[in-house]
Amino acid sequence: MRYSVTLPRLGTFATWRDAARALAGADVPPDAVDWRMEGEAEGLFDAQAMPLPPMDAPLNVPRAFPALAKQVIAARDPQAPHLLYSLLLHLRDAPRALTNRADPLVQRAEQTAKHIRRDMHKMKAFVRFREVSPEGANRRQFLSWFEPDHRIEELIAPFFTRRFGDMDWVIVTPEVTMRFEGGVLRHEAVASERLELSDETEELWRTYYANIFNPARLKVKAMQSEMPKKYWKNLPEAALIPDLIANAEARARQMQETAPSFAPARADRILSRLPERSVDRVGPLARLNACTRCPLGQMATQGVPGEGPQDAELMIVGEQPGDQEDLQGRPFVGPAGQLFDQLAADAGMDRTAVYVTNAVKHFKFQPRGKRRIHQNPTASEIDHCRWWLDKEVDHVQPLLIVALGATAARALTGNGRDLIKRRGSVEKGLSGLPVLITLHPAAILRTPDKATSATRIADLRGDLCAAVGMITSARQAQVPRGATTAGNAGPLS
Amino acid sequence: MAKLNLKEKLALLSDAAKYDASCASSGTAKRNSADGKGLGSTEGSGICHAYAPDGRCISLLKILMTNFCIYDCAYCINRVSSNVERARFTPEEVVHLTIEFYRRNYIEGLFLSSGIIKSPDDTMADMVRIARTLRQDHHFRGYIHLKTIPDAAPQLIEEAGLYADRLSMNIELPTDAGLKNYAPEKNPDEIRRAMGNVRLRKEELKAPTYTGRKAPKFAPAGQSTQLIVGADGANDRTILQSSTRLYSSYKLKRVYYSAFSPIPDSTAKLPLIKPPLVREHRLYQADWLLRFYGFDAQEIAPDAGSGMLDLEIDPKLAWALANRHAFPVDVNRAGRETLLRVPGFGTKSVGRILSARRNGALGYDDLRRIGALVKKAKPFIVARDWQPGGLTDAANLRARFAPPPEQLSLF
Repeated sequence: MRYSVTLPRLGTFATWRDAARALAGADVPPDAVDWRMEGEAEGLFDAQAMPLPPMDAPLNVPRAFPALAKQVIAARDPQAPHLLYSLLLHLRDAPRALTNRADPLVQRAEQTAKHIRRDMHKMKAFVRFREVSPEGANRRQFLSWFEPDHRIEELIAPFFTRRFGDMDWVIVTPEVTMRFEGGVLRHEAVASERLELSDETEELWRTYYANIFNPARLKVKAMQSEMPKKYWKNLPEAALIPDLIANAEARARQMQETAPSFAPARADRILSRLPERSVDRVGPLARLNACTRCPLGQMATQGVPGEGPQDAELMIVGEQPGDQEDLQGRPFVGPAGQLFDQLAADAGMDRTAVYVTNAVKHFKFQPRGKRRIHQNPTASEIDHCRWWLDKEVDHVQPLLIVALGATAARALTGNGRDLIKRRGSVEKGLSGLPVLITLHPAAILRTPDKATSATRIADLRGDLCAAVGMITSARQAQVPRGATTAGNAGPLS
Repeated sequence: MAKLNLKEKLALLSDAAKYDASCASSGTAKRNSADGKGLGSTEGSGICHAYAPDGRCISLLKILMTNFCIYDCAYCINRVSSNVERARFTPEEVVHLTIEFYRRNYIEGLFLSSGIIKSPDDTMADMVRIARTLRQDHHFRGYIHLKTIPDAAPQLIEEAGLYADRLSMNIELPTDAGLKNYAPEKNPDEIRRAMGNVRLRKEELKAPTYTGRKAPKFAPAGQSTQLIVGADGANDRTILQSSTRLYSSYKLKRVYYSAFSPIPDSTAKLPLIKPPLVREHRLYQADWLLRFYGFDAQEIAPDAGSGMLDLEIDPKLAWALANRHAFPVDVNRAGRETLLRVPGFGTKSVGRILSARRNGALGYDDLRRIGALVKKAKPFIVARDWQPGGLTDAANLRARFAPPPEQLSLF
């Protein structure tokens, strides 16, 4: 007992699907079905074929199956419908097989689908439209001839409707003509002969193609594997290829042999008019960005100077800019800065009256995938960067400096050890000004233990409170300071 | 100077643009013109509409707005001190070429770059105007890649990002010192800051808005850059470290490597060598290992070595040969990270191995069907019916993969 199914050139998948559903419902084995395309010669036994069984029970397939089947059925391989039907029956027993590329049947279907996808991709790439708009048409009209390897017209047409929505176009293939007119797509299964087409814009395209080619890097094989010769006859630019290849070596050699020429007279004139870009002329911030005292400057985005009133009574010194500070060019704007702001507010500190800065001005990090992992600056990097910190301290002359963390403690006192022990104490800094040693908010954020973290937060808040108190009493004890230049333009900005 | 016609300008200004390696048109937001009111679509994967005999894909109309330039970068054909013939497109001409090429399905869109004329701001403003005209007047929904000028005003770069799918800034030389020598008018800090700004702007617009309306997309295909290979003395380690920094700091989509190739009318400052194409290829392979295979630069080009990649075998195989203690790997047990380090296994094969082995232990032929390069992988793996035996530690293992030695030419 044999069954025979004839698949039409258009609507192939729908016909295959209905037949396969009926056959699978009746448990017909794959070898009892002959599949043939409409127009192909009838098989020897077709005349005796049985009528298809009635479709009764619904057939469940894995979610990924229909998309795969639509591609496989487009293959010109006469075995494709048979392969697909075998796979369908196989999936009834092993519904998860589709995820198993080691399964021979799945592998064959996927391999076929891959050829189809490549054919579709090449059609998207190598269709060339020529304009055929008649005078006075309100939509421009384009025509193309293309010869796909497989029966992909119905799969590919929606791509062109999505892409060329505002024009009318016709793509003619040897077996099918696709028309998109006034926003409506139609397919017609008609045999056509190759069309000889051209339009005048092709000359510009050929000009572009010839000039974008770099003769010094000839790689003909790479080109042909992606643009096989079978497509060339319909590509306006392909006629140039033999000459481009033939002359490439001579052109490259000529470039190498030609002696360097003298610059045209205007070059010096133009260069001398360029605005001065040497760092010494453009201010301290550019100097900070171009700093080469240590290697960090070349790795980071920018130097981050301190920020705050130039006559601040309180100066806060952190460790170094983090990811956000590095990008924005402002200190204390990342997560640690936000924690600091919150604790400072708790401590009654007027944040706008405080000068905040970092001991090291460039972000030190280790790249890890798409993230940057913070790294502690070395003693030498801290010491080299003190040149910039000293400038800020000298300029602002605060009553008290708060050192957040070991790096700041080292920069300000020359000693970054035993931080937990020294926390809360006021030491005499290298500049002669009093330095209150405390913890860095980033270190608190990195503390995994909740209880420890809570104590440290309380410690830091307490120290900031103490700093506020010290400023108040120092202010009362001291004669008013001479008004220095107000405003936020810092010594480094 | 005689007035040039459109074809002559196109010849000059595409010739001037070919040293930019990028021609990607993938990975942007999805758009189409199915509503009948515009032209173009972008659907995720890029399309190469032609290939030149240099093997490079032609996906975009890659042109310079002008090749006049006030900078003097030694490696560049358009530097002020070059005697190359100069031309300048009007914005209308660029728009016309883009639209007409697109309608004929020659291209995916426009990659517009430019020499710097008058000032960085003037040049950038013209480029933004072209992109705006394409998007707003012609409802062009294809791909736009704009080369941004790092020292142009930030507002201009922000506007550029609203029309363009991708923004890029070329660093060209992997070290600040190299840049200072060969491109004295370029400022490496400025380039880094500009890239940082693009990342910040992109993140800002991604954040949910209070109105509930979506913020406009900013350069949805991200930013990229290009490094020239073989013009200055930088070795592969330096180049890869530079790339990892760029990927991590500015979330770049791609770093392109461009083998320095001889240019017409070159300066005496640079070597006129044959472009190091194999080296460029190895760098791309290494770059993939960094981004998709969990390697870091230190592993691929370790401090202990010469700092150069092996030209004869690919960097993953080179790593495996130098780290044989990590092999063989059991394909039926190992995790994704470990499998990704096996030579001959790509990200796709690894994904398939992981899902296929749920159906039962995999053998040698299963791996072949899955699409893995089993010949390459076999010294490094154990499968159901395969043991490499002494192969993993064989002294001649490298020789099995490296091309046979060639006799030097006598002439």
